[in-house]
Amino acid sequence: MELPLTISSGADIVAARQQGRKLALQLGFSDVDQIVIATVISEVARNIVEYAKQGEIRLRPVAGSAGKKGIMIVAEDRGPGITDLVQAMQVGYSTGRGLGLGLPGAKRMVDEFDIQSSQGKGTIVTMKKWVE
Amino acid sequence: MRVPILKQGDYLIASIQSALSDEDLLQLRDDLAEQVGRFRSRAAIVDVTVLDVMDSFAVRTVRAIAHMIRLRGAETVIVGIQPEVAFSMVQLGLTLGDVATALDLEEGLAYLNEQSRVP
Repeated sequence: MELPLTISSGADIVAARQQGRKLALQLGFSDVDQIVIATVISEVARNIVEYAKQGEIRLRPVAGSAGKKGIMIVAEDRGPGITDLVQAMQVGYSTGRGLGLGLPGAKRMVDEFDIQSSQGKGTIVTMKKWVE
Repeated sequence: MRVPILKQGDYLIASIQSALSDEDLLQLRDDLAEQVGRFRSRAAIVDVTVLDVMDSFAVRTVRAIAHMIRLRGAETVIVGIQPEVAFSMVQLGLTLGDVATALDLEEGLAYLNEQSRVP
Protein backbone atom coordinates (compact mmCIF):
# COMPACT_ATOMS: atom_id res chain seq x y z
CA MET A 1 0.00 0.00 0.00
CA GLU A 2 1.47 3.26 -1.12
CA LEU A 3 1.06 6.61 0.53
CA PRO A 4 -1.16 9.05 -1.30
CA LEU A 5 0.77 11.67 -3.24
CA THR A 6 -0.55 15.18 -2.90
CA ILE A 7 -0.79 16.91 -6.26
CA SER A 8 -0.97 20.69 -6.38
CA SER A 9 1.98 21.91 -8.47
CA GLY A 10 4.12 21.19 -11.48
CA ALA A 11 6.80 19.71 -9.22
CA ASP A 12 4.21 17.30 -7.74
CA ILE A 13 3.34 16.12 -11.26
CA VAL A 14 7.02 15.31 -11.88
CA ALA A 15 7.33 13.53 -8.51
CA ALA A 16 4.18 11.46 -9.14
CA ARG A 17 5.30 10.22 -12.53
CA GLN A 18 8.75 9.37 -11.16
CA GLN A 19 7.14 7.36 -8.34
CA GLY A 20 4.94 5.62 -10.91
CA ARG A 21 7.88 4.71 -13.08
CA LYS A 22 9.76 3.37 -10.07
CA LEU A 23 6.86 1.18 -9.00
CA ALA A 24 6.34 -0.03 -12.59
CA LEU A 25 10.00 -1.05 -12.74
CA GLN A 26 9.69 -2.95 -9.44
CA LEU A 27 6.61 -4.75 -10.74
CA GLY A 28 8.46 -5.93 -13.83
CA PHE A 29 6.94 -3.72 -16.50
CA SER A 30 8.92 -3.34 -19.74
CA ASP A 31 10.85 -0.13 -20.47
CA VAL A 32 8.11 1.02 -22.83
CA ASP A 33 5.35 0.31 -20.32
CA GLN A 34 7.23 2.14 -17.56
CA ILE A 35 7.24 5.24 -19.76
CA VAL A 36 3.60 4.72 -20.75
CA ILE A 37 2.63 4.51 -17.06
CA ALA A 38 4.64 7.62 -16.19
CA THR A 39 3.01 9.49 -19.07
CA VAL A 40 -0.51 8.46 -18.07
CA ILE A 41 0.16 9.60 -14.48
CA SER A 42 1.45 12.91 -15.82
CA GLU A 43 -1.77 13.47 -17.76
CA VAL A 44 -4.15 12.75 -14.89
CA ALA A 45 -1.97 14.67 -12.42
CA ARG A 46 -2.04 17.70 -14.68
CA ASN A 47 -5.82 17.51 -14.92
CA ILE A 48 -5.91 17.73 -11.12
CA VAL A 49 -3.68 20.82 -11.01
CA GLU A 50 -5.45 22.49 -13.91
CA TYR A 51 -9.07 21.88 -13.00
CA ALA A 52 -9.18 21.15 -9.27
CA LYS A 53 -5.98 22.92 -8.11
CA GLN A 54 -5.36 20.12 -5.63
CA GLY A 55 -5.93 16.41 -5.29
CA GLU A 56 -4.09 13.17 -4.80
CA ILE A 57 -2.72 10.23 -6.70
CA ARG A 58 -2.48 6.75 -5.24
CA LEU A 59 -0.31 4.10 -6.82
CA ARG A 60 -0.32 0.47 -5.78
CA PRO A 61 0.40 -3.01 -7.04
CA VAL A 62 -2.65 -5.12 -7.88
CA ALA A 63 -3.10 -8.82 -8.51
CA GLY A 64 -5.39 -10.04 -11.27
CA SER A 65 -6.73 -13.42 -12.26
CA ALA A 66 -4.31 -16.20 -13.23
CA GLY A 67 -1.43 -14.65 -11.29
CA LYS A 68 -1.46 -11.43 -13.31
CA LYS A 69 0.44 -8.55 -11.76
CA GLY A 70 -0.32 -4.94 -12.39
CA ILE A 71 -0.40 -1.38 -11.22
CA MET A 72 -3.41 0.60 -10.11
CA ILE A 73 -3.42 4.36 -10.48
CA VAL A 74 -6.12 6.39 -8.77
CA ALA A 75 -6.35 10.13 -9.30
CA GLU A 76 -8.85 11.84 -7.06
CA ASP A 77 -9.83 15.43 -6.49
CA ARG A 78 -12.63 17.42 -4.95
CA GLY A 79 -12.67 19.97 -7.74
CA PRO A 80 -15.55 21.21 -9.86
CA GLY A 81 -16.14 17.83 -11.51
CA ILE A 82 -16.71 17.21 -15.20
CA THR A 83 -19.99 18.47 -16.66
CA ASP A 84 -20.09 16.15 -19.63
CA LEU A 85 -18.09 12.94 -19.25
CA VAL A 86 -18.91 11.72 -22.75
CA GLN A 87 -17.48 14.92 -24.19
CA ALA A 88 -14.48 14.86 -21.85
CA MET A 89 -13.54 11.44 -23.20
CA GLN A 90 -13.57 12.67 -26.79
CA VAL A 91 -10.29 13.39 -28.54
CA GLY A 92 -9.83 17.12 -29.06
CA TYR A 93 -12.30 18.24 -26.41
CA SER A 94 -10.92 20.48 -23.68
CA THR A 95 -12.28 23.25 -21.51
CA GLY A 96 -8.77 24.10 -20.31
CA ARG A 97 -5.41 24.76 -21.87
CA GLY A 98 -4.98 21.17 -22.95
CA LEU A 99 -4.99 19.52 -26.33
CA GLY A 100 -7.98 17.43 -25.31
CA LEU A 101 -5.88 14.29 -25.57
CA GLY A 102 -5.23 13.58 -21.90
CA LEU A 103 -8.20 11.49 -20.82
CA PRO A 104 -8.94 9.66 -24.09
CA GLY A 105 -5.19 9.15 -24.55
CA ALA A 106 -4.78 7.80 -21.03
CA LYS A 107 -7.71 5.44 -21.57
CA ARG A 108 -6.08 4.03 -24.70
CA MET A 109 -2.80 3.46 -22.87
CA VAL A 110 -4.10 1.36 -19.97
CA ASP A 111 -6.01 -1.93 -19.72
CA GLU A 112 -8.81 -0.78 -17.44
CA PHE A 113 -10.14 2.74 -17.14
CA ASP A 114 -12.94 4.13 -15.05
CA ILE A 115 -13.96 7.71 -14.41
CA GLN A 116 -16.51 8.95 -11.90
CA SER A 117 -17.33 12.60 -11.63
CA SER A 118 -20.06 14.63 -10.06
CA GLN A 119 -20.44 18.34 -10.45
CA GLY A 120 -19.23 20.28 -7.49
CA LYS A 121 -17.91 17.17 -5.77
CA GLY A 122 -14.91 16.07 -7.76
CA THR A 123 -13.51 13.41 -10.03
CA ILE A 124 -11.97 9.99 -9.52
CA VAL A 125 -10.06 8.31 -12.32
CA THR A 126 -9.10 4.67 -11.69
CA MET A 127 -6.78 2.88 -14.08
CA LYS A 128 -5.11 -0.51 -14.18
CA LYS A 129 -2.38 -1.81 -16.38
CA TRP A 130 -1.15 -5.39 -16.34
CA VAL A 131 2.39 -6.65 -16.79
CA GLU A 132 2.52 -8.42 -20.14
CA MET B 1 15.63 23.43 -12.87
CA ARG B 2 16.54 26.01 -15.49
CA VAL B 3 17.75 24.46 -18.72
CA PRO B 4 21.26 25.63 -19.69
CA ILE B 5 21.40 27.16 -23.16
CA LEU B 6 24.78 27.04 -24.88
CA LYS B 7 25.75 29.32 -27.72
CA GLN B 8 27.55 27.42 -30.44
CA GLY B 9 28.33 29.70 -33.38
CA ASP B 10 25.06 30.58 -35.09
CA TYR B 11 23.15 28.05 -33.05
CA LEU B 12 21.71 27.81 -29.56
CA ILE B 13 21.72 24.42 -27.89
CA ALA B 14 19.30 23.84 -25.04
CA SER B 15 20.62 20.84 -23.25
CA ILE B 16 17.98 19.45 -20.90
CA GLN B 17 19.71 17.82 -17.91
CA SER B 18 16.86 16.44 -15.80
CA ALA B 19 13.11 15.96 -15.62
CA LEU B 20 11.32 19.24 -16.24
CA SER B 21 8.21 20.59 -14.59
CA ASP B 22 5.65 22.54 -16.58
CA GLU B 23 7.12 25.75 -15.20
CA ASP B 24 10.64 24.74 -16.31
CA LEU B 25 9.35 24.08 -19.83
CA LEU B 26 7.70 27.49 -20.03
CA GLN B 27 10.90 29.10 -18.76
CA LEU B 28 12.86 27.33 -21.50
CA ARG B 29 10.39 28.63 -24.10
CA ASP B 30 10.82 32.20 -22.89
CA ASP B 31 14.61 31.92 -22.56
CA LEU B 32 14.99 30.57 -26.10
CA ALA B 33 12.71 33.18 -27.65
CA GLU B 34 14.74 35.90 -25.96
CA GLN B 35 18.22 34.51 -26.61
CA VAL B 36 17.61 33.76 -30.25
CA GLY B 37 17.25 37.53 -30.67
CA ARG B 38 20.02 38.54 -28.30
CA PHE B 39 22.59 36.29 -29.99
CA ARG B 40 21.09 36.68 -33.47
CA SER B 41 21.03 32.89 -33.69
CA ARG B 42 19.93 31.15 -36.85
CA ALA B 43 18.70 28.04 -35.11
CA ALA B 44 17.99 26.40 -31.78
CA ILE B 45 18.50 22.75 -30.97
CA VAL B 46 16.51 21.35 -28.06
CA ASP B 47 18.06 18.16 -26.77
CA VAL B 48 15.40 16.07 -24.99
CA THR B 49 17.49 12.89 -24.64
CA VAL B 50 17.09 12.72 -20.85
CA LEU B 51 13.32 13.32 -20.85
CA ASP B 52 11.51 10.07 -20.06
CA VAL B 53 8.08 11.63 -20.37
CA MET B 54 6.79 13.80 -23.18
CA ASP B 55 3.15 14.26 -22.29
CA SER B 56 0.60 16.54 -23.88
CA PHE B 57 1.88 19.61 -22.07
CA ALA B 58 5.51 18.98 -23.01
CA VAL B 59 4.61 18.38 -26.63
CA ARG B 60 2.43 21.48 -26.78
CA THR B 61 5.24 23.56 -25.28
CA VAL B 62 7.85 22.17 -27.67
CA ARG B 63 5.58 23.06 -30.57
CA ALA B 64 5.11 26.54 -29.14
CA ILE B 65 8.89 26.92 -28.83
CA ALA B 66 9.39 25.97 -32.48
CA HIS B 67 6.67 28.34 -33.66
CA MET B 68 7.93 31.25 -31.57
CA ILE B 69 11.47 30.74 -32.80
CA ARG B 70 10.26 30.61 -36.39
CA LEU B 71 8.48 33.92 -35.85
CA ARG B 72 11.82 35.28 -34.62
CA GLY B 73 13.35 34.21 -37.93
CA ALA B 74 15.22 31.11 -36.81
CA GLU B 75 14.79 27.35 -36.96
CA THR B 76 14.30 24.71 -34.30
CA VAL B 77 15.33 21.09 -34.25
CA ILE B 78 14.25 18.70 -31.51
CA VAL B 79 16.80 15.97 -30.95
CA GLY B 80 17.04 12.85 -28.84
CA ILE B 81 13.43 11.65 -28.46
CA GLN B 82 13.89 8.17 -26.98
CA PRO B 83 12.14 5.18 -28.61
CA GLU B 84 9.93 4.52 -25.57
CA VAL B 85 8.96 8.18 -25.46
CA ALA B 86 8.13 8.12 -29.18
CA PHE B 87 5.95 5.08 -28.57
CA SER B 88 4.07 6.79 -25.74
CA MET B 89 3.59 9.94 -27.79
CA VAL B 90 2.07 7.96 -30.64
CA GLN B 91 -0.24 6.12 -28.23
CA LEU B 92 -1.39 9.39 -26.71
CA GLY B 93 -1.99 10.78 -30.18
CA LEU B 94 0.65 13.51 -29.82
CA THR B 95 2.47 14.86 -32.84
CA LEU B 96 5.13 17.52 -33.26
CA GLY B 97 3.47 18.71 -36.46
CA ASP B 98 5.99 20.31 -38.79
CA VAL B 99 8.69 20.71 -36.15
CA ALA B 100 12.04 19.31 -37.35
CA THR B 101 13.50 16.40 -35.41
CA ALA B 102 16.78 14.52 -35.54
CA LEU B 103 18.09 11.39 -33.88
CA ASP B 104 20.67 13.11 -31.69
CA LEU B 105 22.69 16.28 -31.33
CA GLU B 106 25.16 15.26 -34.03
CA GLU B 107 22.39 14.61 -36.55
CA GLY B 108 20.66 17.82 -35.53
CA LEU B 109 23.80 19.85 -36.25
CA ALA B 110 24.28 18.03 -39.54
CA TYR B 111 20.68 18.81 -40.50
CA LEU B 112 21.11 22.52 -39.76
CA ASN B 113 24.43 22.71 -41.61
CA GLU B 114 22.76 21.06 -44.59
CA GLN B 115 19.86 23.56 -44.43
CA SER B 116 22.22 26.52 -44.44
CA ARG B 117 24.05 25.32 -47.52
CA VAL B 118 21.54 27.04 -49.80
CA PRO B 119 22.48 26.86 -53.47
